[in-house]
Amino acid sequence: MIPVLHARRVSIRFGGLAALTDFELAIAPGELVGLIGPNGAGKTTAFNVLTGIYRPTAGEVAISGHVVNGERPSRIAARGLARTFQNIRLFKELTVFDNVRIACHQRVRSGWIRSLLRTPFALREEDEIGRRAREFLERLDLWERRDELARNLPYGEQRRLEIARALATQPRCLLLDEPAAGMNGTEKMQLMELIRKIRDDLGLAILLIEHDMRLVMGICERVLVLDHGKPIAEGTPEEVRCDPRVIEAYLGSQATAARTPPSQEVGA
Amino acid sequence: MNARVLQGWAWMLLGLLLVGIASAVLPSPSESYPMYVVGLAGINVILAVSLHIVNGLTGQFSLGHAGFMAVGGYTAALFGTKVIAEYKLMYISEPVSDTILFFVATLLGGVAAGIAGLFVGLPSLRLRGDYLAIVTLGFAEIIRVTIENVEVLGAATGLVGIPPLTNLFWIFFWASATLLYAKRLQECTHGRALLAIREDEIAAEAMGVDTTGYKVRAFVASSFFAGVAGALLGYYLTILTPKDFTFLKSVEVVVMVVLGGMGSASGAILAAVLLTVLPEALRPLREHTGVDLRMVIYASLLLLMMLLRPRGFLGRREIWTMLRRRRETEPEVAP
Repeated sequence: MIPVLHARRVSIRFGGLAALTDFELAIAPGELVGLIGPNGAGKTTAFNVLTGIYRPTAGEVAISGHVVNGERPSRIAARGLARTFQNIRLFKELTVFDNVRIACHQRVRSGWIRSLLRTPFALREEDEIGRRAREFLERLDLWERRDELARNLPYGEQRRLEIARALATQPRCLLLDEPAAGMNGTEKMQLMELIRKIRDDLGLAILLIEHDMRLVMGICERVLVLDHGKPIAEGTPEEVRCDPRVIEAYLGSQATAARTPPSQEVGA
Repeated sequence: MNARVLQGWAWMLLGLLLVGIASAVLPSPSESYPMYVVGLAGINVILAVSLHIVNGLTGQFSLGHAGFMAVGGYTAALFGTKVIAEYKLMYISEPVSDTILFFVATLLGGVAAGIAGLFVGLPSLRLRGDYLAIVTLGFAEIIRVTIENVEVLGAATGLVGIPPLTNLFWIFFWASATLLYAKRLQECTHGRALLAIREDEIAAEAMGVDTTGYKVRAFVASSFFAGVAGALLGYYLTILTPKDFTFLKSVEVVVMVVLGGMGSASGAILAAVLLTVLPEALRPLREHTGVDLRMVIYASLLLLMMLLRPRGFLGRREIWTMLRRRRETEPEVAP
């Protein structure tokens, strides 16, 4: 099966800094994969390369078999890759509804002229956008909040709105950059349940960055570990948890001797 | 056909009819000074609303509006002195021929300015904020200095002999067209894409909005209407000089957009009318006191606004949405 997202030996350098070296990743349709690693390991950089914000210095990224190196982020989004941002990037001064409607824009077929003339076709499309936006807002339990400005939402709802907005682009693969950051334990558990449910309902592949190891281990079928821009381990959560290189990356070399699983240390 | 579509066109026809009646009933600007000021205000409305498309909706800071206005104004004026003054369309009376050719002239002015917008926009819209402001400012100055040195365009003394064909009807017509364009744009999906660019370019791009393409389109549309305004101004004053298109003119339009509220077309209209009428209304003050206090009052007003209402008259609200909302909430209040 062709992977929805395939990165082959992707590297990126900023001047003398190798932010990402030989990054390898293949996500099958419907798979839920975790990307973990200590702070500064290059996880967000990997996201930025995959979504076209940075251009890789070497290697190639393919979406459903199409190589997308050097394409604009908007083209890559149109090919079916959507993302959320670690530091929330909502359209703050717009309403919740508009935030999601904008994400439906790329599937629109009426051009400026038809939209400005308000032809029946353009109006139908406008209705269709509204319907689809409503569908995703309801899925993330935000429909009641549709007329609020995005900046006035509480933090947890802003995170959910980011996911709703990304889903509205109708992706084949969704990249979530620390979706549970700043949430408390219960909220995190609810969110992870929601993410799993979205994956099951919509059948899309999800790549997830998360710091909380218990959550990653609980939800992901496969985990990829990055350290200093290099992939150091890959496998099921259990395999990765016991991998000495992973323990070393998280806790330093002395901990390797003590054989402390990172889940207990970091997740506590 | 869809009822909403028909309703939209009906409103437009009604508006056009009202504009026609108003311009037929009101005295002509060449005879009445207040009407002359109304005409100027109308031209400024076109400028402010067109800049609103780039500045308020797309969030790009352009300081070159006078430049696009000059391109449109001189293109149309040249057409006026070389073609309209010399030739006529066959088989139709002179006033009709002049009107048709005048309409062509305003379109030509708009298209010329739009092309200029495309050429300035394509390379420079990758720039952000202050850098874009500097490039557009530079462009406007290049245009002005070029005109000052080209003999055919009247050089520094100005291009004279433009037929006086701008009347209130055409000013109202183009002001309504500009407003209609801006209103429909900001209410459709393409307008929302522009708003997304204003709010967060990186997120807009990640959600599939081709940010460069959209910025260029907004820029071209805005330049088109600025060019039309320039064309109307030429045929209104019957003379164009490079002094009409200095940096200060660009700033004046920016002030209108900011004062009205960035992101509000109706705010831009209010501010454009106020800032045109106010200096004229303050004229008698000078006769009474013997001191020219106009600029002092004008500047204090701007300062006061920025202190009391830093987001402009209307912020990001529009008059029509405020009215619509009131209409929608009223039945709920009544039992």
